[in-house]
Amino acid sequence: MRATLFQYAFGTNQKLNMTTVYSTRAKILLLAPMFTWLTAFLLLPYFFIFIQSFLQSDAFGNVVYSFTAESYIKIFSNKLYYFTLFKTLLMSCFVAVLCVIISLPLCYFIAFKVQSESRKTMLYTLIVLPFWVSYIVRAYSWKIILGQFGILNGFLTYTGLISEPLSFILYSDFATIICLVYIFTPFVAIPIYTAFEQIPKSLVEASKDLGAGSWTTFSRVIIPLALPGIISGATFALVLTMGDFLAPVLLGGPNTLFISNIVQNLFGTSNDKPLGSALGIVILALIVIVLEVSTYFEKKYSSFKS
Amino acid sequence: MLRRIFTSGSAALVLAFIYLPLLTIIWYSFSAESVNSFPIKAYSLEWYKVMANDDSLLRAVASSLRVAFASTVIALIIGIPATFALHKFEFPGKRMVERIVLMPITLPGIVTGVAMLSFFPRIGVELSLVAVGIGHITFLLAIVVTQLLSRFKRLDPNLEQAAYDLGATPLRAFFTVIIPNIRTAIIGAALLCLVLSMDEIPVTFFLIARDNTLPIEIYGMMRRGITPEVNAISTLIFLATVVILIISQRLSRKTND
Repeated sequence: MRATLFQYAFGTNQKLNMTTVYSTRAKILLLAPMFTWLTAFLLLPYFFIFIQSFLQSDAFGNVVYSFTAESYIKIFSNKLYYFTLFKTLLMSCFVAVLCVIISLPLCYFIAFKVQSESRKTMLYTLIVLPFWVSYIVRAYSWKIILGQFGILNGFLTYTGLISEPLSFILYSDFATIICLVYIFTPFVAIPIYTAFEQIPKSLVEASKDLGAGSWTTFSRVIIPLALPGIISGATFALVLTMGDFLAPVLLGGPNTLFISNIVQNLFGTSNDKPLGSALGIVILALIVIVLEVSTYFEKKYSSFKS
Repeated sequence: MLRRIFTSGSAALVLAFIYLPLLTIIWYSFSAESVNSFPIKAYSLEWYKVMANDDSLLRAVASSLRVAFASTVIALIIGIPATFALHKFEFPGKRMVERIVLMPITLPGIVTGVAMLSFFPRIGVELSLVAVGIGHITFLLAIVVTQLLSRFKRLDPNLEQAAYDLGATPLRAFFTVIIPNIRTAIIGAALLCLVLSMDEIPVTFFLIARDNTLPIEIYGMMRRGITPEVNAISTLIFLATVVILIISQRLSRKTND
């Protein structure tokens, strides 16, 4: 009894003691359903497209079982594939940077300028809320705003700023990027805000006491300390943009083509599944590299142990 | 002073960027016109009526609800015991299992989608709402595990010990002590699963056959040309999301007490 009280008071848990209660069979029974499920419906499908990426497709789009690396050779020799891959990566970086630039002032304001706790919670909820709002609804909102007879054009014509509707806004790379930035900003703002909140206020005060202005404090103290959060947020936006195929379809123009659109096409109208699988594998590899690099830098710049 | 205006001004600008598009949809859902032009000349509930009589839309809502509820329940049944095991036991390959669970939410949905599209028919799962449900459960498991793992970590281990001291079997302790204690977290996770399943597109897109889910139906409507009916549906989806979010926030606050 006394021992239990002691442990309770000091929070030592009795893990060792309790694991003995469960037999090996019980452990397996607890884990087996999820493990089986993930193997059957996640790992095997991934493994399957890996194999499929080395197969060929005949003139009718049927997959033929003869092994070849042709699809991979096609990806790295045909400009359509490698250039789109490169362009998507570039656009993704651009979206990620824009998301960070947009998130910083708002997160800074909430974390450091708002004093009352309840207002803080309210403003934070306002950032988190769009995260849960349907993707399609948010993409749609830009379609009605940017359209040729959309609200932005209507507004500009109404106020007399322009005499004729601008036709270039919707169906362009520009519209696609705005929409993606809009959709992924909450993913970036949440980790940045969390990082800002972890910075001890005393450090910010110390910087000000030593005569640094607000901007110097922001750029020399706050940003370096929040760097892991910024990196992790930017990575979210980058990876999500690389895998997006809806925004380019809904808002992009005839020349807006992301790598995922090509994959979608290869599994649809073009019907070349081996090539589509190979492209999918290349995207996966690229994303795994991005994630590894980002984890490395997150660790390198992290100043607080969580 | 000027700096203060700049800081709060830019923060307000960003909030406007986040909310103006959503507010625009809500505002235009009450327009009487058939195009989204500025300014609105007349207001009505016309588009809500059109929506309420759109059979294929209502069918899509029903399909989405069915998929969402079934997937959530199954993901919880499979996920809760596994999360408990991940929390309590050390075993070889544990890190690996944790990474695999997270794969559907870390890797892009399109690759998961085409992988399932290629593989499912080979094991006899034809493209249908059932295939969609299986796809959803796979990524909902990631949500269940991450949400509940953090709750299990805060659960007082002495509660379980007390149950054993009082003679409970592990099974009995699990159902009468552990589950009731993480009740609110389970409901919270379930609500998140429902919202995410109702909203999922990339995987659903590839596994769908004839019956559309709600987001796919809206996607189709958008591609066919803009109809203000979408404003009305979007407004309702937005409101439903807000309500669910408020409920889940209330629940998580209770958990912390």
